Amino acid sequence: MARVFMKGCEAIAEAAVRAGCRFFAGYPITPQNEIPEYFSRRLPEVGGVFVQGESEVASVNMVYGAASAGTRSMTSSSSPGIALKSEGISYCAAARIPMVYANISRGGPGVGSIQPAQMDYFQATKASGNGGFQMLVFAPSTVQEAVDMTYKAFDYADRDRNPVLILADGVIGTMMEPVVLPEMKSDEEVAAIKASKQGWACVGHQLDYANRSWIQPGQWSTLKMQEANEDAAALYESWKKDVQVEEYQVADAEIVLTAYGISARICKSAVDLLRAQGIKAGLIRPITVHPFPYESYDHIDYNKCKAVLDVEMSIPAQFVTDVAVGVKDRCPIETCLCSGGNIMSRDKVIAAAKKIMEGK
Amino acid sequence: METNLCVAGFGGQGVMTLGKFLADATCNSTDKNVTFFPSYGAEQRGGTANCFVVISDEAIGAPLGDVMDDLIVMNGPSLAKFIGTLKSGGTLFINSSIVSDDIGRVDVKLVKAPVTELALEMGNAKVLNVIMLGVYVGYTEVIQPDIVWNTIEHKLASKPKLLPLNKQAFEKGLELGRAQK
Amino acid sequence: MEKIYGRTKTIQEDKVSGFCPGCMHSTVIKLIGEVLEEMDLVDKAACVLGIGCCGLHMDYIAYDNTTAPHGRACAVATGMKRTSPDSLVFTYQGDGDFASIGLAESISAANRGENITVIFINNGIYGMTGGQMAPTTLVGMKATTAPKGRDPKEHGYPMHMCEILNQLTAPAYLVRTSCNNPANVNKTKQAIHKAFQNQLDGKGFSMVEIVTSCPTNWGLDPMKSLDYIEEKMLPEFPLGVIRDR
Repeated sequence: MARVFMKGCEAIAEAAVRAGCRFFAGYPITPQNEIPEYFSRRLPEVGGVFVQGESEVASVNMVYGAASAGTRSMTSSSSPGIALKSEGISYCAAARIPMVYANISRGGPGVGSIQPAQMDYFQATKASGNGGFQMLVFAPSTVQEAVDMTYKAFDYADRDRNPVLILADGVIGTMMEPVVLPEMKSDEEVAAIKASKQGWACVGHQLDYANRSWIQPGQWSTLKMQEANEDAAALYESWKKDVQVEEYQVADAEIVLTAYGISARICKSAVDLLRAQGIKAGLIRPITVHPFPYESYDHIDYNKCKAVLDVEMSIPAQFVTDVAVGVKDRCPIETCLCSGGNIMSRDKVIAAAKKIMEGK
Repeated sequence: METNLCVAGFGGQGVMTLGKFLADATCNSTDKNVTFFPSYGAEQRGGTANCFVVISDEAIGAPLGDVMDDLIVMNGPSLAKFIGTLKSGGTLFINSSIVSDDIGRVDVKLVKAPVTELALEMGNAKVLNVIMLGVYVGYTEVIQPDIVWNTIEHKLASKPKLLPLNKQAFEKGLELGRAQK
Repeated sequence: MEKIYGRTKTIQEDKVSGFCPGCMHSTVIKLIGEVLEEMDLVDKAACVLGIGCCGLHMDYIAYDNTTAPHGRACAVATGMKRTSPDSLVFTYQGDGDFASIGLAESISAANRGENITVIFINNGIYGMTGGQMAPTTLVGMKATTAPKGRDPKEHGYPMHMCEILNQLTAPAYLVRTSCNNPANVNKTKQAIHKAFQNQLDGKGFSMVEIVTSCPTNWGLDPMKSLDYIEEKMLPEFPLGVIRDR
């Protein structure tokens, strides 16, 4: 397949269209404006619908409506806008509505900075809305990964009838990189996916109380509400099989770097440079940040490993809390951090690793 | 082999386009890895603009390197801002029409091209970036000049009237770049 | 004996209404069901319920339904109708939902001329949460969050949604009715019929605002509530067709 040179945001949108996404609603916010702009051009070409919502809140609820009617649907935003979407995401999770959304995250808290950051880790993995629901959360570290994850996210969403989050950042969203685009689903395939949901979709059915479409983000009966939560918990438990992780040069590592998303690709090149300088470094990169690959940290040889170095574009560190659960006090965990829209420096990572190895 | 390039100048000098043409040409016509990363601010117009291009035979880590192999500066403020990131032995390309060659460093190679004047002589101030792209490709040979030209031609397909001028600009740049090797 | 009138089949047979005595939610949902049956639209109905007492319908109605987050029904209906144009998509929202927390979604959907129908229940008070002040609460009317009554100096004046939406170019049909007497109940039914027909005809946004009572939170018995509608609510919210194009 031919490579095309694409901006991350546009590549994500194209991947969604190829996966059969036929509805997108969004609201402008930097650095993800190229996603709604691209959809506004592209969706009409394939018989889809783009709506610029009056707010993030409205946009996510339009997606809730379109997905409730059985259409593969998506929204996107960046950090403060994602916070506004949390209401609709929680409703989709509660009503078991499949949808996909992307966070092209930027500095925070508050309006923060418009430049790239990884400040939304807790929000993405622990509490993307009220009520303790969970989602599969994918963290791409290249534009190609963002494309592949977005394409597959729709399948995961439909499989589980649950929202799926692509947790990217302003670097992945705005950089351009060669990508190989996935196959375009045919009109027949897209129609078949929609048809397969008509049993439960809220589109009108023959009068039948027991079998009406009943898409509810809550229950009046506390007993039924508990049952719904038990069903959801069983789904979340089943995701152990879906954990994805990259372990790079971990077996003999004397220092293990750990990072996700954009920080991870920077760390991977740092590992190569450290090895070239005689320092046995390794990398653990969660690809799914939820569910989290805790077991990967069991693959570290703690007799050799001096420390785990947590690298993230967040101050204070957030990702480190999951790393600590994996490491279980078997070695020290140090951090290498930046924030506020500053991008992680490879030299800074290398210096932090060397400092640990030299025992300074 | 990995080349880190920073292109910096005023908004409106086409520095993003310069970087994108180079990166796009690399993607389309080689099997190298390449990234283009624009730095972005809140302002839609004016101010400084800069972008980073990484071309590598290996997987690319940071799309924004700490140390630049090559630096293209199109105006004075960009020289001051980025000269410190250029590695010792690296190459600095300056728009000598408006950037002083008093760069304060002796450990780097200096390639000069009066691209603002040349563009005005050609009758269109906007082609200064294409001249500079020619200078860069002519001097570094980072990729084949005809590959870059094919990309420019493709990108300008909807504006065929601009092709002769851009061809002239690119070739003038190549000539200037080769002459300073 | 021949049965000439029965309960609409769109309301589940074995369900007993949990609405308060004198509440008009039961009346309106019955009218919607009758219209759906008469127009043969039951198998196309996709109802988006608002939050509050409106949401209680989810256990009674036998056609497709979902519940939107508080105030977002028009946004949910937008996504639904745009991707399932053959469905009859309508929202059922109270005054807190449509006119307060959902004001942006309501006005924006109307302004886009979304081809949906809004059934807007205006009883001037928050019901399920216990009688708090609504944007439609009358001046002087007591609420649990305005214990001395609505004071214009502090709370402003009641909002007239039909008239506000009438400032927009796109809406097709804006009408205000009530259910305080049999004649008005019939007019409400006709308005719902027309609003649904507009959607079938692709005319765009239609809203039926229905002035109703909340005896429990008004602190009045059902009969006195009917008088209150006539004497207090209707002078503030005059009935009639505000827009029909």
